[in-house]
This record gives sequence, C-alpha cells and structure tokens, in this order.
Amino acid sequence: MHFEHEIEGGNFSQAGFASSEIKKVLKQLNINIKVIKRVVVALYEAEVNIVAHAYHGKMEVDVDTDKIFMRLTDKGPGIENIEKAMEEGYSTASTEVREMGFGAGMGLSNIKKNTDELYITSKVDKGTTVEMTAYLNRE
Amino acid sequence: MMKVKDIIDDLGLTVFSGKSGLERELTGGYVCDLLSDVMGNAQTGQTWITLQTHRNVMAIASLKDLAAIILVKDNKPEEDTLKQSEEEGIPILGTAEDTFTIAGKLFNLLKNQQ
Ligand SMILES: Nc1ncnc2c1ncn2[C@@H]1O[C@H](COP(=O)(O)OP(=O)(O)OP(=O)(O)O)[C@@H](O)[C@H]1O
Ligand SMILES: [Mg+2]
Repeated sequence: MHFEHEIEGGNFSQAGFASSEIKKVLKQLNINIKVIKRVVVALYEAEVNIVAHAYHGKMEVDVDTDKIFMRLTDKGPGIENIEKAMEEGYSTASTEVREMGFGAGMGLSNIKKNTDELYITSKVDKGTTVEMTAYLNRE
Repeated sequence: MMKVKDIIDDLGLTVFSGKSGLERELTGGYVCDLLSDVMGNAQTGQTWITLQTHRNVMAIASLKDLAAIILVKDNKPEEDTLKQSEEEGIPILGTAEDTFTIAGKLFNLLKNQQ
C-alpha cells in the first residue's frame, strides 16, 4: 500500500501532520505497536527537517508484508556534508527555529536509531532524499 | 496506576484543555524543552513538563502517546495548541512554578504511589 503527503517548508503549524496521518493508517493496519512507535519517530524527524531546512517536500510511505519503506524528498538547500549532519549536536537551524525547541541536532540520529536502514542523498542547492526502512519482524 | 486527574489537586495545576483526557493513565514524567530529545526519549504515558507553548508540543505529545503536558512558569498554550489538545484529548495543564520544583513534586507523588 502506498501513501503520500505534501510537506510545506517553513510551515511549523502543520509540522507533524503527515506523520500523524501515517500513524493512524498503520494503527488501522494493525502493525506491531513497537514498529509503529519507531516509524513515527523517524517520520516526524524527517518531516520536521523539511519544514525547518527545506522549501517543499513529499513524504511517501509503502507498507509491505515484511517492511515499511519511507522516502522523504525535498527541494531545498541540500546537505553539504551528510556525515557531519548525522553527528549528534550538529545543527544549522536558525535562532528562531531554536527558540521553538528545534535545532538540538538530534533529528537525524533519532532517525538512525529508529530505523533498520537509512540512506540519505543530497545535492547542494537542489534538495535532499531520505530513505528509511523498518522491518516488521524486528521490534 | 495513577491517572492524569489524580495529580491535579496535589500539584495545584490549572487545566487549560483536553479535559476528556483526564482519565489517561500516567506512567511517569519527562522534562526537556528540546523537541527532538523528547521525540527520541519520552515514553508512552509520561507527562511532559516544558515551557514550549506552540502547536508542535501537541504534535509530539500525540505522536508519542504522552499522558499530558504541564506548562511551567505561567506559560499559556497558544490557540492552535489548545485546539489540538481538545481534539486529541491530551490535557494541557499549567503551573506557576518552575520546572525543577514541579518536576520534583511530580516525582515524589509518583514515587509515593508505588
Ligand atoms: N532536509 C534537509 N535539507 C537540508 N538540510 C538538512 C535537511 N535535514 C537535515 N539537514 C541538515 O542536517 C542538520 C542536522 O539535522 P538534524 O535533524 O539532526 O538536526 P536539526 O534539524 O538541526 O535539529 P533537531 O532535529 O534536533 O531539531 C540540520 O541542522 C541541517 O543542517
Ligand atoms: Mg531535525
């Protein structure tokens, strides 16, 4: 099954909406609650990264019999050094965004911890793609 | 098991919204104002003590199935935060006290219940 949501950069009042919609669907599909909890953390962080750092993006989720595959693509500034971005504490978030409580530099490591596979590709000044997989038989 | 409603009188909390969630079970507390720390570490059923008042706080509480939110130092939830709290039935509570004090009181309350 395939699900898609648009994500608007800069619109913090809508941040988390797409992740919440997917959570509802996964609950309806009776996916293991432990898997849902991990997937929700990963989706939310990837969604907020588009809101906080990019201009516009899309969340795609494919639910299979053995796994959930998630892809978030955006048009945005891209990430120059992905390895560095993955480091806990590294953040380029603006002062405004930090005042809201974002910008701890923990989002990508939250994603890493809560997924079985993570693959990030990015082009500076073009955009970023974050692909994540969670296996249903691995809690 | 304690419920959200059980801490209101003892801690002298204001109920801003989400009254339908006062029966939610409360397993513990979590304290942080960094949203991704809460996203990564808070557990289902905990009460989240924070000074953040914007809507993303509710988004996180809902995604993480937290029991309730306590806003410290007389902070008030923003309009859309209130609205989502009502919709989701996750209470937003308030106190005049600072985070250290209210967290200490909640900790003792929970400890004495066990
Ligand atoms: N979609 C994206 N587009 C452009 N840059 C990004 C994107 N996602 C992450 N980054 C970059 O990687 C950094 C680290 O991301 P990460 O999610 O770990 O932390 P953060 O978003 O800064 O803060 P937090 O997630 O803790 O609120 C960001 O500060 C930003 O520079
Ligand atoms: Mg982030």
